[in-house]
Amino acid sequence: MEPLSWTGSIAILNPILMIALVALVVSIVVWIIGSIVLPEAPLSLNADGTLSSGTGLRGLTQSALRYSFFACVVLALAYIVLGILMGTSAGIVGAISQQFLPVWLSLIILFAMSIAFKRRLGLYGKLFDSPIGMIGFGLVMFWVFTGIFGALDLIITHDPLSQVSGMKNKVPGTPLQNPEDGEYAWYLLGGDNLARDVFSRMVKGAWIVVQIAPLATMFAFMVGITLGLPAGYYGGRLDTFLSFLANLILAFPVILLFYLLVTPEIVATGVPNYMAAVLFVFPILFIGVLLNSRYYTRPNFRTPLLIGVLGIALWLYLSLISTDGYIINTDDYSIWGLPTYLDLFDIPGGILVVFVSVVFVNSPTVFRIVRGLALDIKTRDYVAAAQTRGEGPWYIMLWEILPNARGPLIVDFCLRIGYTTILLGTLGFFGLGLPPESPDWGSTINEGRKLLSIYLHPALPPAFALLSLVLGLNLLADGLREESLKD
Amino acid sequence: MGLFILRRFGVMLLTALCLTFVVFFLTNLYPNLEKLAKTQGNQRMSDEQVETWLDNRGYLQPTLVKYGQWLGVLPGYTKTLDDGTFLGTCTRPGSTEETTSRYCGVLQGDWGYSSVFKDEVGTIVGKRLGNTGYLMFWVLVLMVPSALLVGVLAGMREGSALDRSLSTFSIITTATPEYVSGVIFIAIFTSSTVGLKWFKGTATQAMDNPTFENFFLPVLTIALYGMGYIARMTRASMTEVMTAQFIRTARLKGVSFGNIVMKHALRNALIAPFTVIMLQFPWLLNGVVIVETLFNYKGFGWALVQAAGNNDIQLLLAISVVSVFVVLVTQLISDIGYVYLNPRIRIS
Repeated sequence: MEPLSWTGSIAILNPILMIALVALVVSIVVWIIGSIVLPEAPLSLNADGTLSSGTGLRGLTQSALRYSFFACVVLALAYIVLGILMGTSAGIVGAISQQFLPVWLSLIILFAMSIAFKRRLGLYGKLFDSPIGMIGFGLVMFWVFTGIFGALDLIITHDPLSQVSGMKNKVPGTPLQNPEDGEYAWYLLGGDNLARDVFSRMVKGAWIVVQIAPLATMFAFMVGITLGLPAGYYGGRLDTFLSFLANLILAFPVILLFYLLVTPEIVATGVPNYMAAVLFVFPILFIGVLLNSRYYTRPNFRTPLLIGVLGIALWLYLSLISTDGYIINTDDYSIWGLPTYLDLFDIPGGILVVFVSVVFVNSPTVFRIVRGLALDIKTRDYVAAAQTRGEGPWYIMLWEILPNARGPLIVDFCLRIGYTTILLGTLGFFGLGLPPESPDWGSTINEGRKLLSIYLHPALPPAFALLSLVLGLNLLADGLREESLKD
Repeated sequence: MGLFILRRFGVMLLTALCLTFVVFFLTNLYPNLEKLAKTQGNQRMSDEQVETWLDNRGYLQPTLVKYGQWLGVLPGYTKTLDDGTFLGTCTRPGSTEETTSRYCGVLQGDWGYSSVFKDEVGTIVGKRLGNTGYLMFWVLVLMVPSALLVGVLAGMREGSALDRSLSTFSIITTATPEYVSGVIFIAIFTSSTVGLKWFKGTATQAMDNPTFENFFLPVLTIALYGMGYIARMTRASMTEVMTAQFIRTARLKGVSFGNIVMKHALRNALIAPFTVIMLQFPWLLNGVVIVETLFNYKGFGWALVQAAGNNDIQLLLAISVVSVFVVLVTQLISDIGYVYLNPRIRIS
């Protein structure tokens, strides 16, 4: 087997791409300078009394930018399409784009469906009016699909944990020495210092982030909302107390907190299990109060609804916090939990402690945001109207204040997923929580950095993966903010 | 104002007490103590030996008692073994019963003895803080002016070419955590594969002899991540000011655009970023830990990692006191400064 070059037989495109990139950079610079130096386009008065402005030199710089940008996008698409068709004969780029085929297909379907029905999809549909939001959404969904398909073993070329002899620190495109039948014959992005496939590890790492980050952020929001709304609405002692607690957690440097909470010794004491048991109650409280405050006037409907919903939530809660029939199982004592035959899923101790500490770190900030919004919104007329109608405080908080605070909260939710991703990376970077051989991006960066001055390829793919996902979330939040401000 | 500051100091003290107690509690959990005993004594100690080792040194007293001893409100624990060795919380290697003081807590100015570095915690923290202070100084020198410049330039004309490109730049910097940008910088500027050997990949020598070559990359890495956020806040505040009535009046009077920005808008636009910069300090502290680990610069963050990794209780406590102090003092400064900068708040 020959080693793969980066672009293989489509290398003819490389000079064209170079020219297009240079043109893009030059036109951006000219566009910026032009916006300062060049005069604004002159206005001219038409015979019918309307004003029209010519394009002028500024317009020229703008269209130059647009065309060079389109050229770059078209070329990038050409690489991907040719790669999908030609596979490994189009080099590493081709092979990678072929491996990502399911992701491309899902992205195309998702975008086609969303753009076709965007007028009926509310805020989500409006996202497709803003180019920034679309780019961000595309990046995020790329990694979400990569994570999902990676977990189904569709994209990866090798097992992320298995080592292949002779592949230690090999550069991208190195063929395996004696591949077995059906085994992928190359290490597309090279091998790391334990001779594992960097590409497959990066893809598997996406799944860890996609699993933990959105869910942890959601839990943090539940905790923050359940505590922040009453703090802002009632004020007084409750507010002082809760704010003090929030500030207490915020005053901790995050890394110190991680070092204190996410160690095997702390896992052995069962502290994370206690924290999980406390933190995971909040979603149940939230859902219960939400439904009760809405339907308490119709007890015939409310009671069965609450029993059903809370029953399922409680079951999920108990199976979440109990492992092997115990909620807490240390050497000294243990607390009985759900018996194993009712336990739906078990969460490994390492993942649980990471999850809990990320929720714990994020919730005070969400609390502060929700409290601030509640303080602002409770002075509005519609809240006063609801109070005059005789609505209960929880109804006002959850069905009057919360829906009207949704704009900033949705935007912050996107940003916070990005921040959670960064936190997960930090944990991996310090080797905390997840097992050392885990393919998550932070751990991989941490391992790769030790040999960085000689071998670049193990550390850079996860670094760029993390960067693009967080960037996508930031752009998505920006697009959402822009679109939600438009109504 | 005096009462306000006094109350804030009260809250600060309470917060510091609560936080140190949390740290104290977590580091004094039995598995952590066991780890400490094994790293300090012998890896192959049996469970009974661990227990005797801990008991001899007073680690097995109730947590509140130990916390009181650390604070200095309770007398330190002492014990003389059968072979005449004198042990206790206040002892140092080689000290005897006569040379050991009865109380040794924070109130007496004694921060304890680091089990990792085999030195007084006070001196370690002082030395490491000096290193980090130097790093932080240059980070601020690089970060604050460039962030303000980017923000003001972007917010000057909302929606212009300059605004869009600078905003994209600041979004990219906020999306790049230190351990990503640091790795990318090291890969590009220091590795032998790329060949641009402009800088050094470690800052170990920078502690004694900081030069541009070995010190710029760590500074840049921390500064970039913090910069985007400050720049975006400055931009938001600047765009708000630029749409205000008094700016329109100045324009209609015929004041040139440069003068409007420099004399009328800038001062009003810089009030909000001041608070943001102050509140950015806790985040910088995180960045410092990552960057010092990445570049092997032995500062405060590096000490934190060492202390936490080895369960060095007294060093960790001192470090958390210092970082809590930094966080709370910057909050206080930002509140007071905001009142002084914004006359509207002073009146109400």
